[in-house]
Amino acid sequence: MLVRERITSTGIHAVLIAYSMLALFPLVLIVINSLKSKKAIFRDPTGLPVGEAFSWKGYASVLTNSDFPLYFGNSLIVTCVSLFLILLFGAMASHALSEYRFPGDTFLGLYLILGIMVPIRLGTVALLQLVVDLNLANTLTALILVYTAQGLPIAIFIFTEFLKSVSREIKDSARIDGLSEYRIFFEVVVPLVRPVIATVAVFSMIPIWNDLCFPLILSPGEETRTVTLGVQQFIGQYTVNWGAVLASLSVAILPVLIMYVIFSKQLIRGITSGAVKG
Amino acid sequence: MATLELSGIRKSFGAVEVIHGMDLQVKDGELIVFVGPSGCGKSTMLRMIAGLEKVTAGEISIAGKRVDHLPPAHRGIAMVFQSYALYPHKNVRGNLGFALKHAGVPQKEIDQRVNTAAEILELDPLMDRKPKELSGGQRQRVAIGRAIVREPDVFLFDEPLSNLDAALRVHMRVEILKLHQRLGSTMVYVTHDQVEAMTLADRIVVFRDGQVEQVGTPLELYRDPVNTFVAGFIGSPAMNFLQADGNGHSVQLAGAQVCESNAAAGKLQLGIRPEHLTLNEDGPLKGRVSVFEHLGGESFVHLVLPDEQTLIAKLDGEYSFVPGEKCTLAIKPAHCHLFDMQGQKLGDKVRAIDAA
Repeated sequence: MLVRERITSTGIHAVLIAYSMLALFPLVLIVINSLKSKKAIFRDPTGLPVGEAFSWKGYASVLTNSDFPLYFGNSLIVTCVSLFLILLFGAMASHALSEYRFPGDTFLGLYLILGIMVPIRLGTVALLQLVVDLNLANTLTALILVYTAQGLPIAIFIFTEFLKSVSREIKDSARIDGLSEYRIFFEVVVPLVRPVIATVAVFSMIPIWNDLCFPLILSPGEETRTVTLGVQQFIGQYTVNWGAVLASLSVAILPVLIMYVIFSKQLIRGITSGAVKG
Repeated sequence: MATLELSGIRKSFGAVEVIHGMDLQVKDGELIVFVGPSGCGKSTMLRMIAGLEKVTAGEISIAGKRVDHLPPAHRGIAMVFQSYALYPHKNVRGNLGFALKHAGVPQKEIDQRVNTAAEILELDPLMDRKPKELSGGQRQRVAIGRAIVREPDVFLFDEPLSNLDAALRVHMRVEILKLHQRLGSTMVYVTHDQVEAMTLADRIVVFRDGQVEQVGTPLELYRDPVNTFVAGFIGSPAMNFLQADGNGHSVQLAGAQVCESNAAAGKLQLGIRPEHLTLNEDGPLKGRVSVFEHLGGESFVHLVLPDEQTLIAKLDGEYSFVPGEKCTLAIKPAHCHLFDMQGQKLGDKVRAIDAA
């Protein structure tokens, strides 16, 4: 029995380790090559950045010879504002759907969640027209609006399930204590579902941060480029500054990584809290 | 004077009416218990008094003021919930003071009222703990404390002891009774547990299917139930109901005359509580023991009569039976209750007949 358990456990770990290596390999490749000179990248792509191969050139050109800090800032602004709006409106809409009964509530719930099934990119042409008509082309506002719309359905889907599990009595208790419906939401419900908010935040942030499509279409202007778009300037028609491309990608990984580290504890709690009584 | 008046209260959810018109006057300082099986509308009634559900029709007045159009916070009520409903992210002090802080009460008065409540409920050592660091009984005390702090006209309790284990439930029941004596406030208490109802209540309201079956003091309900539902609900183990025949002046059961009543004619149901049956060789109830339960100080005999009717008798702990054994019981005639076949009480008092 014991031997069998050990074999099972070893098997599971082997699979997990194999998967982790597969998933991490490209990332490691990016990071080590970002620290190498151009020649070294091509001579030995998998070699470590040591000795002669080591070079700061990629990072130097990213941080000094380009508008990378501006792009990075743009990405941060777009991601943070979109994320804030997704979480705020997503949680509020879900609270309304799970707490109040009103005519058409089921229909409204389905309508809000429908966006999961219809990819927003299908409407790219219409979106572009709309953005141009609103004079929002080449602004960060356009991106923020589109990302908020893109992130809301899945956020509402996840929030609704969890908000339904918030005890009705605690909300009633707050009502008897004289809180308005808004304060019940912000002061009682939000603190209770903080882990879920972290989960939704991470899920929503990654596609926004990594997106290339909408910045390219809606705001390709010099002032409004995001990191993913900004990287493209190192990829020329005839020459590619691989050191700079890889260095900027490495820097771009950081915010996602930092956010994940901050939220990971809450994230896991959020994923499991539905199943295990806290 | 914190009286509570309900008149003509109706409640519908969509097309389904769950409360079919209820009238009740609760006197100042009275502890009223709503009791009934689950789904009978007692909690809905309480939530309407609290203002968490709208009334479909009727009026609610607290302390002489009509309140059914007011939001919960302005009705002068405080409510204690079954699941305690504490704010998990606030410590005990924060939980107790939350409502007052929102009402804009000065910090000095909040502190004073919170400290008084903490003292009443012996919460002083726990003031800086979060709800998750408290036991069930402590959490319930905090929930009650949160109600006390608001100094309400009427306290509402919604099955506050259901989540506690048996020993703690008995303890907290006494605590609530003491609290009622100390504060002297009007309280409405909802439970499905008839023992809680009997021990706590000044008056009990028995609910069934959105209707009030009977209102009265615990002893009135025990001694003089108006129908088989109330009779079966109050008392444990439940009252036995036996098919009997009446001939206009006395009641016959299994060929023997058990009691006299002018109202008894034709088929009827004889209600007799397990504690009003005694072992007696000459008794009218001869049967076989199917189950015997011994609780130490007392014992319950489950008896099957020859005509397949079953009944339970509560006996002293000194007796012992084995299943299948013969057993004969006598009825204390003064404690017979007569009901018609629809379950309504028959006549006034049942008279005992002298032992022949």
